Amino acid sequence: MTNSIFFSRRGLLMAAGLCALPIVASAQDTIKVAYIDPLSGSAAVTGEHGARHFRYLIDKVNAAGGVLGGKKLELVLFDNKGAPQETIVQAQKAIDDGVKFIYQGFGSNVALALTDFIAKHDERNPDKRVLYLSYGPMDPALTNEKCNFWHYRFESDSNVKISALVEFMKGQPALKNVYLINQDYSFGQSVRTEARKQLRDKRPDVKIVGDELHPLLKVNDFAPYIAKIRASGADSVITGNWGADLSLLLKAAGDAGLKTQWYTIYGGLAGAPTAIKQAGLDGQVFQVVNWHANVPGDEMQALNADFRRQYNEQGWWYLQAKTSIDMLVRAINKVGSADPVKVGLALEGMRYKNAIGADVLMRKEDHQLIQDLYVASFSSGVPVDEEKTGWGWKTVATVPASALTPATTCRMVRPE
Amino acid sequence: MSELIVFSTLNGLQYGLLLFLLASGLTLIFSMMGVLNFAHASLYMLGAYLGYQISSWLGFWIGLLVAPLLVGALGALIERFGLRHVHRHGHVAELLFTFGLAYLIEEVVVMVWGRIPVSYQVPEILDFPAFTLWATSYPAYRVFMLLVSMAIFLGLLLVLTRSRVGLIVQASLTQPKMVSMLGHNVPMVFMLVFGVGSALAGLAGAIAGPALVTQPNMAVNLVPLLFVVVVLGGLGSLTGALLASLLIGLVQTFAIAGDFSLADMARAIGLSMNVPQVLSELWNVTLAQLAPVLPYLLLVLMLIFRPTGLMGSRES
Repeated sequence: MTNSIFFSRRGLLMAAGLCALPIVASAQDTIKVAYIDPLSGSAAVTGEHGARHFRYLIDKVNAAGGVLGGKKLELVLFDNKGAPQETIVQAQKAIDDGVKFIYQGFGSNVALALTDFIAKHDERNPDKRVLYLSYGPMDPALTNEKCNFWHYRFESDSNVKISALVEFMKGQPALKNVYLINQDYSFGQSVRTEARKQLRDKRPDVKIVGDELHPLLKVNDFAPYIAKIRASGADSVITGNWGADLSLLLKAAGDAGLKTQWYTIYGGLAGAPTAIKQAGLDGQVFQVVNWHANVPGDEMQALNADFRRQYNEQGWWYLQAKTSIDMLVRAINKVGSADPVKVGLALEGMRYKNAIGADVLMRKEDHQLIQDLYVASFSSGVPVDEEKTGWGWKTVATVPASALTPATTCRMVRPE
Repeated sequence: MSELIVFSTLNGLQYGLLLFLLASGLTLIFSMMGVLNFAHASLYMLGAYLGYQISSWLGFWIGLLVAPLLVGALGALIERFGLRHVHRHGHVAELLFTFGLAYLIEEVVVMVWGRIPVSYQVPEILDFPAFTLWATSYPAYRVFMLLVSMAIFLGLLLVLTRSRVGLIVQASLTQPKMVSMLGHNVPMVFMLVFGVGSALAGLAGAIAGPALVTQPNMAVNLVPLLFVVVVLGGLGSLTGALLASLLIGLVQTFAIAGDFSLADMARAIGLSMNVPQVLSELWNVTLAQLAPVLPYLLLVLMLIFRPTGLMGSRES
């Protein structure tokens, strides 16, 4: 709450500053883009860093002349505290504020509430429609049974990410006993179910020696869990944990000298690199991502370096933030208007060469971005490090988009 | 199996003793002054950050020594210039004061050090496995944590039972009015107790920081658990706090190791039951999944059957 007031005040100040210039830019001349994510509370570390991504990208777009031959994009931040109910309140505020495009990235539970709200809102208010551009939530339901025309996802879903991980694990002959440890909530449970299913299909010889659910963000010391993993004789662990649940888990593993491989979904987010380095797990922790700082590609390399200079060496996380803003700008320019319906129709089926020079596709059937994924290990001796650890991500496998196009059950209704 | 038991015991003891370090300060404050100090765990977090910062300049040991002193001094200041004034307006005001203080400390820490965890390193001299059993190593640093906690317990116990200050503190527990009538400077004692309590929280933070992860929300989960320890142990009883901490540490650790549910138990004793659909979820929950709830279950049982706690002498 306080944060959004703070930021919108700053926005006002900036608008006031612009008014002082000879070229008068009134509020009507900007295209408003909302960012709704936790800016306070325990998840604020993720939300704040995400906001920096969009601040950076939108500043760049505006500096290069904006869209539609001179119109500026205006980023407005809203704090949802990571809660679904608060998200709806903030989304309504954003719409009342004249926002046309809403970005959200933290939490599938939030995403499910938001996509439902926006779909209903857009049906009932044809004159005030908005698009929902999602850059983080991974719940497969969002582009399957819960899909709708107004929702576009630029992150790969968790099933796809797990299949990329399992694809890599398939080629690891040493892999024999796998332990699953996940947070006890919807995302953790879906990781567990999907990992079990895919391992059974692709590596039927692998034994699942443990399947643990622990309470979400409530464990202070993971040493007891590590003792259990050790006792199970596992050589690899798959986990969907994030935040403190991942840092503490890896830290405890390092302390106990547990020499397993760690397959994660969120190994790249805040704090995990620091914990991996502290635990001394060189090359033992893997994550699956659409980009990391050591993926070749001059444009993203330069962008990451520039971003790190601005933000105290904290690196860029989300290639999909860049991809989504680029595709949005292109769609707006293509249809010559910021009308959400027209822009939405232009985004559908759009093919795009992203900032690392790879082809991506916003699939028309379910509004899911189809993109390459990388399996990377956190290792010493790589060019670009993370969180000042001296270690960074190193690609160990590339899974091309063509191998990652899941079937969808989505049947969406398009506007006239 | 024996491997799991040995390491669960070690982990449980060590977690329990860390809880005790925190709870000992809170026990002093809570039982003497009747202040439910919600900011206690935040002082623990502050201790970890100060320890990190000082150790990055002057080395780990100086950090470990100075950080608790700073937190203790801060605690004394909080009592002298904050709580003492708020005290006049009753317990609710005190409660709100410490509640606000917890947020304030967290925000300040975020402003200074950011939300990303900081890399608080175990000192090199303790960065080796103390022993290795069945291929699992037990880090020397955790042994060190265990020893420091034990030393603090013994030190506190000696001070409280054998020294003049301890006598006054003990007396204030049951007869605060009488003690002040005897001419003792009770406000001064309160400030001292709050300072020492805070310093203990700071010490716990400076010790736990390198072993766990030093981050702004490292204290959040501990607050309710600390109150459980204080109530379980009994107001004002240091030994009670130690027993309660160890109990919680061990119960939680062993529960996590327990991969069986009610259904499994029923099967083990040869009972096959058809549980109605509504209850099947509960029936199949494993003990490990229940681990975080167990301390609160203990709390409820204790309040019902023995409201004074394990070793307490006073009810409120």
